[in-house]
Amino acid sequence: MNIENVSRRGFMKGSAVGAGVFAIGVPMMAKATMIDQIMDQDGAIQMNLYLSIATDDTVHLTAMSPEIGQGARTAMPQIIADELEADWDKVVIHQAGPDPRLGDQGVGGSSAIRENWDNLRFAGAIARTMLERSAAEVWGVNVSEVKAKNHAVHHAASGRSLSYGELASTASRQEMPSREEVTLKTKAEYSLIGKDIGPVDGKDIAMGKAIFSIDVSLPGMKHAIIVRSPVVGGTIKLYDDSEALKVPGVIATHVIEGGTLPPQFKSIGGLAILADNTWAAKRAADLVTIEWNKGPNGDYDSVAYEEQLKSVVQQPGQTVIKRGDVASAMAGAAKTMSADYYIPLQVHAQMEPPVATARMTDDGGVEVWMPTQGPVGAQQQVAAAVGLNPQNPEELAKARIHVTLTGGGFGRKGKPDFGVEAAMLAKHFNMPVKVTWTREDDTRHGYYHSCCAQHLEAGIDENGKPIAWLHRTAFPSISSTFAPNVTAGSAFEVGQGVTDNPFDIPNMQGEVGEAIAHVRIGWFRAVHNINHAFAISSFADEMAHELGKDPADFLLELIGEPRLINPEDDGAQVMNYGRSLEEFPIDTARMAHTIREVKKMSGWGKELPEGRGMGIAFQRLFLTYVACVVDVEKTDMGIKVHDVYYVVDCGQAVNTDRIKAQFEGGALYGMSAAMYGDITDTEGSIDQSNFHDYEVVRMGDAPTVHVQIVDSDHKPTGVGEPPTPPFIPALTNAIFKATGKRIRRLPIRDQLDT
Amino acid sequence: MVKMTINGQSVDYAGDPEMPLLWYLRDERGATGTKFGCGVGLCGACTVHVDGYANRSCQMFMGDLEGAKITTIEGLSEDGTHALQKAWIDHKVPQCGYCQAGQIMQAASLLAENPNPTDEDIDIAMQGNICRCGTYQRIKSAIKQAAEEM
Repeated sequence: MNIENVSRRGFMKGSAVGAGVFAIGVPMMAKATMIDQIMDQDGAIQMNLYLSIATDDTVHLTAMSPEIGQGARTAMPQIIADELEADWDKVVIHQAGPDPRLGDQGVGGSSAIRENWDNLRFAGAIARTMLERSAAEVWGVNVSEVKAKNHAVHHAASGRSLSYGELASTASRQEMPSREEVTLKTKAEYSLIGKDIGPVDGKDIAMGKAIFSIDVSLPGMKHAIIVRSPVVGGTIKLYDDSEALKVPGVIATHVIEGGTLPPQFKSIGGLAILADNTWAAKRAADLVTIEWNKGPNGDYDSVAYEEQLKSVVQQPGQTVIKRGDVASAMAGAAKTMSADYYIPLQVHAQMEPPVATARMTDDGGVEVWMPTQGPVGAQQQVAAAVGLNPQNPEELAKARIHVTLTGGGFGRKGKPDFGVEAAMLAKHFNMPVKVTWTREDDTRHGYYHSCCAQHLEAGIDENGKPIAWLHRTAFPSISSTFAPNVTAGSAFEVGQGVTDNPFDIPNMQGEVGEAIAHVRIGWFRAVHNINHAFAISSFADEMAHELGKDPADFLLELIGEPRLINPEDDGAQVMNYGRSLEEFPIDTARMAHTIREVKKMSGWGKELPEGRGMGIAFQRLFLTYVACVVDVEKTDMGIKVHDVYYVVDCGQAVNTDRIKAQFEGGALYGMSAAMYGDITDTEGSIDQSNFHDYEVVRMGDAPTVHVQIVDSDHKPTGVGEPPTPPFIPALTNAIFKATGKRIRRLPIRDQLDT
Repeated sequence: MVKMTINGQSVDYAGDPEMPLLWYLRDERGATGTKFGCGVGLCGACTVHVDGYANRSCQMFMGDLEGAKITTIEGLSEDGTHALQKAWIDHKVPQCGYCQAGQIMQAASLLAENPNPTDEDIDIAMQGNICRCGTYQRIKSAIKQAAEEM
């Protein structure tokens, strides 16, 4: 296994696309792009967009999507290699830049494997078929007599073999078979899929050799730090950079126009300081004085805003799902319950702050090295930032994005505003510029996870059976970042928990209330599922305790008999993460199965010592089914989280090790949000700045996470985000069991001290 | 002029004495294995060894490093064969990988002082190193394996 990063390679070469290139579902471009260049190298012969084979037997595979720590650079090539029957030790990985022929390259919504599973398998299988046909021709035998296995094609009858390297040249001249002509492997035939394969960059990372965007260095490169408007929509009224310019190593300052509303992916705007090194730029930034026009968000106060959101959900909102008649059922119920929940804004706090390096090119274009979760979107924004028309393919192609390793993404690096800044500064100064965000910049100028107030009500009949469920939610919408006049959550957002609720309750209503955004709201690992899973699994636990039922068994009772759910039956829009219900149904049998399995795995129901408790939660999210049990103990030092148990049904597992890794880490991401995460705002400005006032979980607090993957024949679905939401209510439900204290507002922080 | 050694190489430094070692390493020497995370000593991503002990390079100033012997991740081993590096690969520790150089340097300092750390010793030594991907469980296993092998 070898790694070759595109960013270490030169510019793309203008040659025509080589023989044997095929495109799957997207039109071919006339001009060779970065992929063609990297795949043509070193005498390698391009079989298709995803793979080339060199005469020395090396197989070059495209990593079509960015690595953000989720394992995409390992698992996606792993799929191609398996269908190709390649020897993993002879594989070299190449990171792709934006290329429309590759389809959906973005890594968000836990979609990388799910959206590309078929393409990646066919890319490998089609090339394998061409190699087999080529060998059969060489030997003059029927293709049915030969078989590709472990990097060579074999003819059993004669005992002959030809390696992939030997066959590559003739195989590439084979006519491209259609998908119908090739046979995909069966599950029993997988040699790499479903296996523990370590991250392909593991050794480079352990040696400090892996190149992240912050490590990119160009000849003549200068360093920029930007002092940005503390308020979204604010602009510079007056500034004084005289002291800053006296700092040795400082070259110049430049005002980046900002204040755009809605903020989109533009720079927030501010004063950029250009210097010979990051330190000089940082020192100078501290010496700048700026008076701001704060704009319309200048009086935003998160305490008042929270009270407002909480009052909004006391009133009926816009109905987004309606089954039966909740009001009548509540009126006739033997018992009713209600509870309110609140989660504040969160910031991603990935370890590598936003950073990008840009330079202008001789053809009037720009190239940017940046840690992006969305290469295609980044290219469009960067193009526009330097005056290229993103709608014109030729102009767009002049904006080249080098996708580097990403020091944590979690959604933040799906927003390319920092690449836009680097491109603008490279153009203005006409020299290579690296823009580095400080930790304070990252904390104060994020695209925040939406704060959310929720009000839940339940009606229960005289037999203890739930007959009515009301779920009201209010949160500033991600849509507000992109469109004006957004006043409430969107359908895709309530589709994360509210309108895909699997509970078999005869009367159900979901409502969304008004909320206006005053900061940039963006997707954050698992997005609104965090808020909605917290309320749903917490309230179910509250109901179970009120009714004297076991919380896990009560979840199974609520989920009910095995069936497929269609939100349309209850007047809701089907979101389903952009996929059809036919392909990815909402299957209560799979949901219930994970709950039953996690009960067994965790020893649910066993006698626990005083002060110790287990809590359970579940969620179907990003088309994956997760159940989670958390085991906590109340100690003199606060809550100790001992163990976390997950059962996940993500369909066919591709890389079992990276799946487990995502759950180990996803639990801790949820734990940080639950224990500490709290972004607040005063007069439009974020109050927090660094890890002392935006704390995250450290090693001493970390539990042991146990992960069980359901053996499934369903199509693979994502695992990057699914671990995080169910952890949080499993934790707070465990805390209730251990202490009797019900947590309805996050973070928990000192709520247990009293 | 301040004289020090970095990964065995002599360095004469005549620049801004207040420049943190972190930015000298990264911007002036191109030794980018040492990472910027917080700039104020809260996250450990920039951990290096100064005279054999783990230190936050963002809090070490060039003017104070006269005679210092500095080792960065690039100098921990020539070929990635330090017991900790091997254990990191065996346990498939990294997710995004950004913090891991700092984690390894912190762990190397721990094992140099305490060859057989308990779980609690590891927790205490590693408490200053944040991994936002949440790889702590594997970091701990890797440190234990390295301790056994060293």
